[in-house]
Amino acid sequence: MLKEADMRHEAEGGTGGADRGDGYNFAYLDEQTKRMIRRAILKAVAIPGYQAPFAGREMPMPYGWGTGGIQLTASLLGRDDVLKVIDQGADDTTNAVSIRKFFRRTAGVETTERTAEATIIQTRHRIPEQALSGEQILVYQVPIPEPLRWMEPRERETRTMHALEEYGVMHVKLYEDIARHGRIATSFDYPVLVGGRYIMSPSPIPKYDNPKMDGCPALQVFGAGREKRIYAIPPHTSVRSLDFEDHPFEVQRWDGCCGLCGSDRSYLDEIILNDAGERMFVCSDSDYCRARREAGHSGPMAAPARAATGDA
Amino acid sequence: MYVAVKGGERAIDEAHKLLDKERRGDPATPEMGVGQIREQLGLAVDRIMCEGSLYDPELAALALKQAQGDVVEAVFLLRAYRTTLPRLAASLPVETEEMDVRRRISASFKDLPGGQVLGPTFDYTHRLLDFGLLGGERAADLPDAPAPDASGAEEEGGGNRLSGIASLLAREGLAEASEDDGSVPGDLTRDPLVYPADRSLRLQALARGDEGFVLSMGYSTQRGFGSGHPFAGEIRMGGVEVEIAPEELGFPVALGEITLTECQMLFKDTGDAVRPPQFARGYGLAFGRCERKAMAMALVDRALRVQEFGDAVKGPAQDQEFVLSHCDNVEASGFVQHLKLPHHVDFQAELESLRRLRASRESRKDDAAKGEEAC
Repeated sequence: MLKEADMRHEAEGGTGGADRGDGYNFAYLDEQTKRMIRRAILKAVAIPGYQAPFAGREMPMPYGWGTGGIQLTASLLGRDDVLKVIDQGADDTTNAVSIRKFFRRTAGVETTERTAEATIIQTRHRIPEQALSGEQILVYQVPIPEPLRWMEPRERETRTMHALEEYGVMHVKLYEDIARHGRIATSFDYPVLVGGRYIMSPSPIPKYDNPKMDGCPALQVFGAGREKRIYAIPPHTSVRSLDFEDHPFEVQRWDGCCGLCGSDRSYLDEIILNDAGERMFVCSDSDYCRARREAGHSGPMAAPARAATGDA
Repeated sequence: MYVAVKGGERAIDEAHKLLDKERRGDPATPEMGVGQIREQLGLAVDRIMCEGSLYDPELAALALKQAQGDVVEAVFLLRAYRTTLPRLAASLPVETEEMDVRRRISASFKDLPGGQVLGPTFDYTHRLLDFGLLGGERAADLPDAPAPDASGAEEEGGGNRLSGIASLLAREGLAEASEDDGSVPGDLTRDPLVYPADRSLRLQALARGDEGFVLSMGYSTQRGFGSGHPFAGEIRMGGVEVEIAPEELGFPVALGEITLTECQMLFKDTGDAVRPPQFARGYGLAFGRCERKAMAMALVDRALRVQEFGDAVKGPAQDQEFVLSHCDNVEASGFVQHLKLPHHVDFQAELESLRRLRASRESRKDDAAKGEEAC
């Protein structure tokens, strides 16, 4: 979050010219670009769920690997921020490691794995299990921002549909699922209605996470780098997962619990243990799982406390 | 006993070391210098500058070295660098009519003022591997440049300035004239692309677009998925001066020379109430010696002018959302390859969903079986 120090930094001329060595600006992007992105964020916040176009830049990571989220984070970061980066809910997945390293290198900000300590959390595919506060910003990486894309490939059409609130096709699609399969088969990237107006893609988070978006005190911003769109859910905004009266929205459930921390109220990853197909479930949110284990909780497959904390 | 997978950071560092090692190859072979790449792999360097949309042969050569010869990766490196550069000024439009021509051919006329200048081209080579190059440099690798007057291009002094085909035909009104309507061309590196995109934006996207993609799109228009029969009116390659006109000076200052390849494709247009019968034009322009790219771009440019000419829509090359949204190889390569990233959370969601669907299908079957028994 932008603090006084950064204002000063900007006043001092920000980027200067990029030379061929390591002459990159704080958090990589030049100040002009950051301002452009912040303007797009403000627009997105002012119109919840609306996809604001922005002049996305090439980043030193490939498109589809979080360039939208990275640009948002780069323009939101101030020197006092504490950054957490997760992918699939975990801090130690390769892409999360790489993005965290990028910001450590280009911004020198403090990073953390603890959800509660972070002021900015960049995520791919998950919302942390621990409830977020009003002091935090959740930055989502988005591959395809347009929820209507699979029904209508043309941008001109979909923008018109949003403008006219013409969302019939989406309901028809969900209804067809029910007619064909007896239930809505969409399990992630499950469309939501934001602030009673715009249908929005929550990014490919499992629908398990959808309810966490509703009324969330943290600002949620979404960046699609390749598609050059930013959208947002301001704090305390209603986010409703689309459903029907006779087929209400429901989330994933597991019969078991986390093998390590024993939690029966977190999103679980399935792990195949051997060729015989034996499997176990563990929390996808690595920080949540760690915190529970540290607090003394233990699941049926937990290793003795000392071995579990070792770096494999 | 299960211990959660950890250790991504060290694995990444080690992977980078391996990559470095692979890049260097066998240390017994001499290391390639960036200068050697720039001078001896010039066409790759040109393509990287073109799609990287940054004219800097040295950095393009560096990118190619760093990318181990992977051109798309090198384009990406150059783009990622380009994006950090401040924009100091916009140049004046370059005058390709004033080009110091090193190659200029027309397929539409047997001869034309200034003549056909073949220049350096693969066109009439026999594609036979030259095993002589295996053994290193030969005397024949360093030919004397042909005398300038041998090409017949240098006339009336003043370099190789040749009138373009478009202006030659425009005198008779037979080719679409180029008009400056004074509008400021768009810039998709500064503003998000919104559809419909005007011609300046389309040309910009095509110029940065992947050569393979643009080539195939252009090719498709020749095979019935597009618009009419093209003639290569003119292809020219050579140096042009880049100038800026700083406001405080009030006159233009030359910054230097860059090599460009330009292509004017001609398409017969029988005209209508508004347009007289004439040749419509498709335009291609590329950094360096990128002739294939410039030609393909010109074909696609014309195909995308579908509304202007009221063409029947027959193929994807005429659909600007299809072409412009998919021509950028940095975007395409990134998104295709992001499938390598872990997706296990969504996969888990799908597993759960499939299991439920299977369970309800089973129970429906059971119900149906019971129903039949009951009958």
